[in-house]
Amino acid sequence: MSTAETQERRTPGLVPVAETMRTAERRPSSESGQSEPAGPPVRLASAFWRLLGSELGLTFRRPRNQVMLAVVACVPVLIGIALRIASADEAVGGLIGSVAGNSLMLTFASFSFLVLLLMPIAVSVVGGDSIAGEAGAGTLRYLLAAPAGRTRLLVVKYLNAVVFAYATTVVVALSALVTGLVLFPVGPVTLLSGSTISVAEGLLRILVTVGYVGAGMAALAAVAVALSTFTEVSIGAIAATMILVIVTQVLRAIPQLEAITPYLLPSWWTKFDAVLRSPVDFGSLGQGLLVFGAYILLFGSIAWARFSGKDITS
Amino acid sequence: MTVVTHEAGAPFGAAPPSGDSAIVTQGLTKRFPGGQVAVDALDLTVPRGSVFGFLGPNGSGKTTTIRMLLGLVAPTAGEYSVLGLPLADALPRVGALVEGPAFYPYLSGEANLYRFDAADPTAPGGTAKKRVAEALERVGLSAAAGKRFRNYSLGMRQRLAIAAALLGPRELLILDEPTNGLDPQGTREVRALVKEIAADGTTVFVSSHLLTEVEQMCTHAAIMRAGNLVAQGTIASLNGGLTTRVRVETPDVADAARVLGTLGLADVRMPDGGAAAVTADLGAHAPEDINAALVREGVAVRGLAVVRPSLEDVFVGLTGEGFDVDG
Repeated sequence: MSTAETQERRTPGLVPVAETMRTAERRPSSESGQSEPAGPPVRLASAFWRLLGSELGLTFRRPRNQVMLAVVACVPVLIGIALRIASADEAVGGLIGSVAGNSLMLTFASFSFLVLLLMPIAVSVVGGDSIAGEAGAGTLRYLLAAPAGRTRLLVVKYLNAVVFAYATTVVVALSALVTGLVLFPVGPVTLLSGSTISVAEGLLRILVTVGYVGAGMAALAAVAVALSTFTEVSIGAIAATMILVIVTQVLRAIPQLEAITPYLLPSWWTKFDAVLRSPVDFGSLGQGLLVFGAYILLFGSIAWARFSGKDITS
Repeated sequence: MTVVTHEAGAPFGAAPPSGDSAIVTQGLTKRFPGGQVAVDALDLTVPRGSVFGFLGPNGSGKTTTIRMLLGLVAPTAGEYSVLGLPLADALPRVGALVEGPAFYPYLSGEANLYRFDAADPTAPGGTAKKRVAEALERVGLSAAAGKRFRNYSLGMRQRLAIAAALLGPRELLILDEPTNGLDPQGTREVRALVKEIAADGTTVFVSSHLLTEVEQMCTHAAIMRAGNLVAQGTIASLNGGLTTRVRVETPDVADAARVLGTLGLADVRMPDGGAAAVTADLGAHAPEDINAALVREGVAVRGLAVVRPSLEDVFVGLTGEGFDVDG
């Protein structure tokens, strides 16, 4: 509400001395019983992290989200097994074919499969549910009356979605790494450009990929959270986000619309393959990160503008 | 959007000076986008320490008013002040139950309370365990603390919502229809709890569509009708506008009416539909004297009752309408 304009209502100067004495006198009584609260309400610095912790606990303990992470973790295993079987029969080219020669390549192959659909679904569900889910359940009114604070709650909800986006990315990477190590030979990695890097550098590049893909998913989370502030039905926000993802993929596939592809998120998700160049194409990664940042800023602003002034009637 | 209503000391939560108000609204108005005016220029004053009944049929603007007080809905016009503080500072001291309980069904009652406690930026995490246990104890839910909310009965849900409102030290408790859906036993328990909380000095603002409930629990009341405030004040002052009447049941209606008139009772009324009873304003007369006089005059008295005005009479008197109790 009007916190900004009401903050100045305190009368400066006059009150503090008397107030300090009163507060000091009252303190013991307020600790012994819960009858009269003493002094001004103190905003605790740790409170933000406590709310974020509560949010993360809800997200990661929720069976639905655990199932999504498990499904995402299964895909690299399936890809690994499929490639193992396929590579025994015939030679496969490109990124997929290179997996057979090196365990680390499975991680990149898995990302190229998952980054366009399955990972966005998982992120859309958590992001789209963020505000709409609370509104639909009616818990939003109690959170805001607590008072969680609208901006604070929105930031916590978004950070929670970002953490989930990164968790999804890390789960894919770890699952692919383990599967790769079990099924394929370990050794220096041959890149797309033909040059070879050490295992250690290969792992480092996987780390860079996780950072980049996670940022791409965080940008999608901003879209999902923004849409989530417009409805009280979380499935609506989730579906809207998914439809956006799918529509942008379709737009990318139409050659005549090539001019707009650089503005679409999915175009940049797949650009993680810049780490497979030699040397790493940091220019491309940097551009991608800029696009992600722009999406986060734009949709973060939309979410804030909508949520901070919204009448909560659910 | 809040107003300064008190001297400099008040915003710091100093001991409330007498005559201080927990809630003040001035011209508070809410017009929803559809053009429907839910609350129309509401001037409400809730004294500190009172148990304030906010009375009105369903749809009369009670919940919208409460949502505005809690900062959930922005007023279209007007101002309000809660505890004389900026809203963000006031809310941690306000416990609220708005339009029924709402919790996470897959969490236990206890985990739900932790969740809402975590949302309050002034609640110290270190004492959460103690405060949650105390709140559950207070509403008698300790035994069901570990049970999932999904498996709670309606009464338990309502109690958990009250427990959530009691998580911290509160100066004001806003309870929207706290006995909704409760059985008679649960209703009595909530009433007892409200009295207990009020006895600690907490102001309690209770909305209800049940007149009897407000009459039994509250020291003050305001009556809403179609978004407008019809009356407000102490229960006694609201009733004060109406007079206590005496009702005599007798077959000798005409004689009884004559005797009552001779005694000097005002507004003697005979029944319309041939019912065997006469009523009149009691005034300063003692009922036993009236009875003695009637018997002396040979009127067969079957029953004599003193009828005190109820809030319902007040409501009917103010609005000329019956109270929609069922809503």
